[in-house]
Amino acid sequence: MTAAEHTAPQKTTAHAPGHAPRARVTVTLKNGVLDPQGKAIEGALASLGIAGIAGVRQGKVFDIALAGADPEHARALLGEACEKLLANTVIENYSIELLDA
Amino acid sequence: MKAAVIIFPGSNRDGDVAQALVQAGASVTKVWHADSSLPAGTDLAVLPGGFSYGDYLRCGAIAARAPVMDAVRSHAAAGRLVLGICNGFQILCESGLLPGVLMRNAGLNFICRRQFLRVERNDTAFTRRYAQGQAIDVAIAHGEGNFVADERTLAQIEGDGRVAFRYADRAGAVTPQANPNGSLNNIAGVYSEKFNVLGLMPHPENLIDDLVGGTDGRGLFESLLAA
Repeated sequence: MTAAEHTAPQKTTAHAPGHAPRARVTVTLKNGVLDPQGKAIEGALASLGIAGIAGVRQGKVFDIALAGADPEHARALLGEACEKLLANTVIENYSIELLDA
Repeated sequence: MKAAVIIFPGSNRDGDVAQALVQAGASVTKVWHADSSLPAGTDLAVLPGGFSYGDYLRCGAIAARAPVMDAVRSHAAAGRLVLGICNGFQILCESGLLPGVLMRNAGLNFICRRQFLRVERNDTAFTRRYAQGQAIDVAIAHGEGNFVADERTLAQIEGDGRVAFRYADRAGAVTPQANPNGSLNNIAGVYSEKFNVLGLMPHPENLIDDLVGGTDGRGLFESLLAA
């Protein structure tokens, strides 16, 4: 990556008219749940000689375009989306971030 | 017995389980995941193995929200039988019909080989043709079969005697060495509270003919037919 690319403002390629609000949902494993994938990644980082990493836990990020702009409604529907599908609350936690509502 | 085998996009053991059921004497109908009901008079709903929706999001997560699963929930709530094998077990856990979750195998590898299981009890609709403590020789083929539940749930499952099968050696000894995937307490299959829903990772439907190496899987299907 060039310096220019690195510092370029993060822009989406096309702005829809009206600029749809977006949200980011992050799903992570609960503390204490074993994460074999995170362990494998941790091992691979160590084998690359990248020192100073004490542990890796793998999670998921969902970038979501919202159809409406009301933040309260957005939080409610995203909470429902997490509870019903995006996270398995037996083993995972989730957090919701509204980006430009 | 009327069995309904439910097919999701990516199911691939539906033919195998249908064959095992027919061999045992059941009549089998295949049901598409987008259907909202099971055929009238269905005694047993079967969720077969495979890779529904390509294992996207989490194994079984999307299939668990398919329209037909509401019908499977009602079927189970009415006390009728549900069997989930491999991906079907993952779907049952994701749908809340069974406790716990199947995570990535502790050793990270996809494991496809023969495996002995110990039959924990033989007083259920699924196991009456086996002996309690019997070691049965079946097959496993999964990358996410590592059964995990929180401490309280695990204690409840064990306390209620809801473990159906445990990974074991050929003598039926449940040992850490016989555990292929890191499952808590070597759990290979669990029952619902009322023992009418069973989920298991191994494939009994693949060991029903001497031609392919064994017949220890037949007992499960013959048990269901004797129900």
